[in-house]
Amino acid sequence: MTDTDQTAPALVDVTLRVNGVEHTRTVEPRRLLSDFLRHDLRLTGTHVGCEHGVCGACTVLVDGDPMRSCLMFAVSAQEHELTTVEGLGTQEAMGPVQQAFVECHGLQCGFCTPGFVTTISAFIEENPDPTLEEAREAISGNLCRCTGYQNICKAVVRAAEIRRERSTSSTEAGERA
Amino acid sequence: MTTRQFGAPVQRKEDPRLVTGNGRYLDDLGHTAYEVAFVRSPHAHARITDIDVDGALEVDGVIAVYTHEDLDGPVGDRLPLLIPHPSIVAGRTGHALAKDDVNHVGEAIVMVVARDRYLAEDAAQRIVVSYDFLPPIVGLEKSRDGEGLVHDDAPGNVAAHLLQEVGNVEAAMAKAPRTLTLDLEIERSACMPMEGKGVLAHWDADEQRMRIHSSTQTTTGVRAAVASKLQLPLAQVECIAPDVGGGFGVKIMHPWPEEVLIPWAARRLDHDVKWTEDRREHFTSSAHERGQLQQVTVGFDDDGRLLALDVKFWHDNGAYLPYGVIVPIITATQLLGPYKPQNYRVEFWSMYTNTVLVTPYRGAGRPQGCFAMERTMDAIAAELGIDRTEVRSRNFIQPEEMPYDQGLLFQDGRPLKYDSGDFPASLAKLKALVGWDDFTAYREQAEAEGRKVGLGIGCYVEGTGVGPYEGGHVHVETSGRVNVATGLTTQGQGHQTILAQIVADELGVSIDDVHVTTGDTRRMPYAVGTFASRGAVMSGNAVALAARAVRAKALRIAADALEVSEADLQIEDGTISVKGAPHASIALSTVAVMSNPLRYAFDESAKAATQFAGAFDPDKPPVADDDEPGLEGKDYYSPTQATFANGMHAAIVETDPVTAEITILRYCVIHDCGTVVNPMIVEGQVHGGVAQGVGGALYERMAYDETGQLLNASFMDFLIPYASEVPHIETDHLETPSPLNPLGIKGAGEAGTIPVTAVIASAIEDAEGFPIRSMPISPTELWDLRREHAAAAQSTSASTPTTTTTPTQESA
Repeated sequence: MTDTDQTAPALVDVTLRVNGVEHTRTVEPRRLLSDFLRHDLRLTGTHVGCEHGVCGACTVLVDGDPMRSCLMFAVSAQEHELTTVEGLGTQEAMGPVQQAFVECHGLQCGFCTPGFVTTISAFIEENPDPTLEEAREAISGNLCRCTGYQNICKAVVRAAEIRRERSTSSTEAGERA
Repeated sequence: MTTRQFGAPVQRKEDPRLVTGNGRYLDDLGHTAYEVAFVRSPHAHARITDIDVDGALEVDGVIAVYTHEDLDGPVGDRLPLLIPHPSIVAGRTGHALAKDDVNHVGEAIVMVVARDRYLAEDAAQRIVVSYDFLPPIVGLEKSRDGEGLVHDDAPGNVAAHLLQEVGNVEAAMAKAPRTLTLDLEIERSACMPMEGKGVLAHWDADEQRMRIHSSTQTTTGVRAAVASKLQLPLAQVECIAPDVGGGFGVKIMHPWPEEVLIPWAARRLDHDVKWTEDRREHFTSSAHERGQLQQVTVGFDDDGRLLALDVKFWHDNGAYLPYGVIVPIITATQLLGPYKPQNYRVEFWSMYTNTVLVTPYRGAGRPQGCFAMERTMDAIAAELGIDRTEVRSRNFIQPEEMPYDQGLLFQDGRPLKYDSGDFPASLAKLKALVGWDDFTAYREQAEAEGRKVGLGIGCYVEGTGVGPYEGGHVHVETSGRVNVATGLTTQGQGHQTILAQIVADELGVSIDDVHVTTGDTRRMPYAVGTFASRGAVMSGNAVALAARAVRAKALRIAADALEVSEADLQIEDGTISVKGAPHASIALSTVAVMSNPLRYAFDESAKAATQFAGAFDPDKPPVADDDEPGLEGKDYYSPTQATFANGMHAAIVETDPVTAEITILRYCVIHDCGTVVNPMIVEGQVHGGVAQGVGGALYERMAYDETGQLLNASFMDFLIPYASEVPHIETDHLETPSPLNPLGIKGAGEAGTIPVTAVIASAIEDAEGFPIRSMPISPTELWDLRREHAAAAQSTSASTPTTTTTPTQESA
């Protein structure tokens, strides 16, 4: 037998910076970023809905840009700044998009939600005051089977509003200080 | 003063967890479990002649490889036929791992357990299965001709045959002034929850206990099935549904082969074992629905009143029949919608094909029934030249005729008896919302701009909240925390919120203090499951009844302590006080302490209760004969029959004159689901339902080739609508309370989906001017239909030489 390389895959050290924290794990080079995040780092907020890059549930931010973590190898995400849904707020201090999803009933089963939250977070950075039509366009690369998208569109607009409110109040606070 | 929660758009209690990545779905659990991959049949119909697993065993990290031969005891038997019915003439089910033959692409043959999924798949690829091929039976027409058989012992490929008749259809049809016959077709789609199925099993060898987590719509069902298959005492098996990423029906089917195999392997290996379904597996080894061929013959008078309705349909149930004939029975009964057919005969054949099996998908046979009935209504209107809403009005059951017995047996084996509804009022609201009477002017304006538009309508009645029962358990802790448990499961319907709303009101506590658990057999071992739009009706009423029992006990204890009559007490914000004398009060948490004679002073509530510790009667036991310790209550809600919700939808579509692209310009919904617990959540259910309906009407189909290969088994090729394909949905509501249950609730889960295919067909037909008889419809199919009708019109005019007027274009 000469196929030992097939039965014993080589392992590599992968170091990723996720939500501001550096993590190193020893994995196979074929380890998907989605699996690395979920099963090696146990950041299970990133979900996998199709494993072929169509549904968008696994979307994470790579240097601020939304990308499908099921289409990336963990090794290729080194040297980049990664943000997952866990990095965008906590239950006690939700981020603008998370808060807007709660207010607008933008989720039902919640499985696709982390991918929407990351996608929309990046979108409102670039478009701080979108119209409903722009909101719909912005989320048209993510699948949701529960909501019919209407309340997600609303949540995009509301998230932008919350973001503006928070930046105004923090500016004001800064001015007062 | 406690704000009433029932009826308010309360924000969901589950959301902060879910939006921050703190949900726990099946694959988020069991990080150290062995993982499973399956070798599944690449052939639709074949005999297995050999399975060579040697290559797999060489892969480092493989723990075990199992074939049917390894399955000892009942695990190796055929899977159960879950819901038997007298109409089933040849009920066939598969094995957990295929034995001797395979009957659809995707059927599991070999199970590989490895350290992780990557390795399990490596090993699965090295397994060689040899086959003798059999002719695949794909599609209803091929199944119906009966020349080839899916199962040798199911002649004609007929799994079930049922005939129901009310009145005398033949006599009425013969006398009817007018008759029409429609041949209709509706294709397969599927639930496609964003999270596929998944199972995690933990075997505790010391305690001989099995704990199963499954992404299921029924934990009690899975628990009982596993106990039976593994020959374990029920008491040694527990099943929990974690957060579930959508169900829509496919997860009510049980036990799936994997729900039996994973616990079996966990016990055998004495190690946690997990299987997470991937998307391709979900396409080829879960379930589909919808596929039917229908023939409707209708007799009516010159005013469009129904005199006789004769329906035959053929239902594609796929390779096996584990869930019985629920779907075609619902089609047969719910087809009638809000109408009185006078005389009705329905006959169906449920047919085997070498394709993925068919179990309920949101709507569960109703979309097909609604399609048949509403196409018929439009055909009558076209035949008579009467407005389509007028034909419908003339056949409506009137509010004063409620309750109305259609004379048929429904899916639960009980009479199809509508409890309430006001169809004329619903139609009036719909016409106002969509602007029905103004559409002619709109169409003329659009035509002037060179655009083609059409208006469509669809009405339905939906039996919801079928029994037999659900239970509720309410427990007030000495901290004042209220624990609520019900056994049915949650896949995004917001049960943690709506059940908390109900209990908060019934008990007089803050909703923040109410914590709801669903789908955990450790907390509520008797339950049915979440399907048939039954969650709010069944568990809503069950927890209300349980909360009332707790309230009664709390008032009894408080009345004794405060030395007043129970009738003089009220509960607000978790405090029991004397009406008009708010200072005479006692906290519910204190009453919880007092309800238990074993009173260690662990906390402040216990200390507070000491002031009420009065003299006791030494001749009586600390817990009275008819009492129990603790402030808790349990009750079950079990209805005599389903409660019937209803709704009407209308849509305006535009069809591109050149490309035949179909765009929904407006979509309007009138919905009556009785008393509404949370309007925000009901609205969300309607939106999601309509979106799935739009998928079924315009985009989604299962593209099988003649060999039984599913050609579009990915999200690249099976077109679930994105936001860009779903219209803005306009809604208005009626609230006709159900007289059948204490809260007046009717179900809402499936409503949005039911009429959409019928509505879109109606609108396209209106835009194009020729009948639409087959759905879903793509632009290509519409383009082909245009050519067919243009060619037919041309040949008609050519064969009958009459003077034809050619439209002339006049310059303005």
